Amino acid sequence: MSERLREKLNILADAAKYDVSCSSSGSDRKNTNKGVGNGHQSGICHTYTEDGRCVSLLKILLTNHCIFDCAYCVSRRSNDIERAAFTVDEVVELTMNFYRRNYIEGLFLSSGIFKNADFTMERLLRVVKKLRLEENYNGYIHLKTIPGASDELITEAGLYADRMSINLEMPTETGLKLLAPEKSHKDVIKPLGFVKNQIIQFKEEKKLIKSVPKFVPAGQSTQMVIGATPETDKEIMYTAANFYKSFSLKRVYYSGYIPISNDSRMPVLGTQPPLLRENRLYQTDWLMRFYGFDVRELLNDANPHLDTDIDPKLSWALRNMHHFPIDINTADYQMILRVPGIGVGSAQKIVQARKFGRLYIHQLKKIGIAYNRAKHFITCADSPYQLKDFQSHEIKGFILAESQSKYLKTANNQLLLF
Amino acid sequence: MIYIFDGSLEGLLTSVFEWFERKPGAVTIVSKQKYQPDVFTTAFEVLTDRTKADRVWQGLTKRLDRRWMRNVYCAYLSEIPEMQQEIFGFCIYIFQNPAGAEKNYGNAQVLNIAQTARKVEREKHRMEAFIRFQKTADGLFYCGIDPDFNVIPLLVNHFKNRYADQQWIIYDIKRHYGIFYNLETVEEIEMDIDINLLKKSNQHMLDEQEMLYADLWKDYFKSTNIVARKNTKLHTQHVPKRYWKYLTEKL
Repeated sequence: MSERLREKLNILADAAKYDVSCSSSGSDRKNTNKGVGNGHQSGICHTYTEDGRCVSLLKILLTNHCIFDCAYCVSRRSNDIERAAFTVDEVVELTMNFYRRNYIEGLFLSSGIFKNADFTMERLLRVVKKLRLEENYNGYIHLKTIPGASDELITEAGLYADRMSINLEMPTETGLKLLAPEKSHKDVIKPLGFVKNQIIQFKEEKKLIKSVPKFVPAGQSTQMVIGATPETDKEIMYTAANFYKSFSLKRVYYSGYIPISNDSRMPVLGTQPPLLRENRLYQTDWLMRFYGFDVRELLNDANPHLDTDIDPKLSWALRNMHHFPIDINTADYQMILRVPGIGVGSAQKIVQARKFGRLYIHQLKKIGIAYNRAKHFITCADSPYQLKDFQSHEIKGFILAESQSKYLKTANNQLLLF
Repeated sequence: MIYIFDGSLEGLLTSVFEWFERKPGAVTIVSKQKYQPDVFTTAFEVLTDRTKADRVWQGLTKRLDRRWMRNVYCAYLSEIPEMQQEIFGFCIYIFQNPAGAEKNYGNAQVLNIAQTARKVEREKHRMEAFIRFQKTADGLFYCGIDPDFNVIPLLVNHFKNRYADQQWIIYDIKRHYGIFYNLETVEEIEMDIDINLLKKSNQHMLDEQEMLYADLWKDYFKSTNIVARKNTKLHTQHVPKRYWKYLTEKL
């Protein structure tokens, strides 16, 4: 019995790992009636895999049987792999026992589509209901919305889950049609929109009646596979920005494609996953969400791709040198945020501290800004007077010369002989 | 001038009270254990006084918000020797300046307290993440820890709220005390047992299913890894090696 359980866990955890979302934040669900578990506002990563990704949820598929044949997916119908399926009780037992030992922050339950959407959604719902109602479990639950499931099932699931998500899979409709002819972005947009409207409606009702239950308190997220189809960074980020705006998503995840089959439409087996590109996309995502950048400033027709050798914030600053240097002691908070080498925390500290007197270099360094990078874009109380106005490419040279990239072992301007 | 105090937070707060009563100018404060008499400076022994300490704490509460009060407490829990002097100086600075002075991150003491508190909070957060309970044969969930800072007082609420229906013990092996939740309240405990009993390998004391779930967890940890993306540097950055001894999946 336990041997079979171990086998199933191996198969179904392995199949679920390509879903990168593992966040457990955003839910403040309380532990009621002396049950077990609660939400943690900022989430807790309980461990990290050897590839450096956080593990906070028990991320598994209910089953990897699937009626679809999407070229980018390991569980596709035509792939010859071992198939398995958990029973409802097995998932509940695993979750409760892992949770009680503080291994995990909650459950991330997804599934291959078997029979049809409603049948699958109903199974997922059964697991979640058993956890919440019978086990008195109040920990985090991330549930996949199965595209095509009925509104009733989705609404009921939303009452028990903390976060729900549906993956866009490919950044553009043409990309998706190429690799998964049976699917369409429309299938994703409809339920995303439905859940978004339900969230708003439940929130409105809760304002009037306190006993209205929580509905997907940690919001929705989605994921795109990067590098399987030939989209530009611009196309990817415009799609992301659009989805952030239209569906109030909490997160969009970018998952570098890891070749899993010999399909001629995609990169061949053994190709390195595009880790650097993925990193740059996440940096852009952060700039949009926390730094007040508009996606059109970072990516546009003149710059459809992000630079690989420097991060998008530095690259924006170098393209817009007419804004700089700014005076740390007088500039707007919004403008300080845009300086390469200054993060949100430091920017807030700077704005508070300068009310007590002009700030000097040693103070900025102590506050924690990356001074060697930021110095080209700021002046403060004791900035040395500079006779020469450096050009963008010169500044880029200075910064690259003293920084090390974990991705580029040799500097880009160095030509290789062999 | 040197103030000698007993090393407790109350003693530290009493010192602040005594300083304002006497105004002796610059003062170095040192705990009894660390004090070494020298010929050139005069020493004054601060007698810890609950009411004086309370008055200082209340005074701080009026000037600082809850987050900053917690920063001061966290800085104390760091047990870093220099922090005593920093907290002492910070309190005086707060009392001598108009409200809002704690926002002056240009001030070295303010910044130091904030940054140290952040380190302590990080350690607390790591404990919330890396504690791995083992279920014993009598149904108790146990974990031994040895955190860099004395974070157990900060862990009480989190674990009490989360694991309300199971008895658990978190024990600080380095500082020889722990907390025990008896399904009603959390109490401080001191155990007088052999350190070896606290290690992770005592199978005869454990619940019969403990090993199964530990193995399942190890399996899960392996299956969820993507080999093509291996990034050991990032891995150890997130899970520094000194915590590996806690982690079931790393044993």
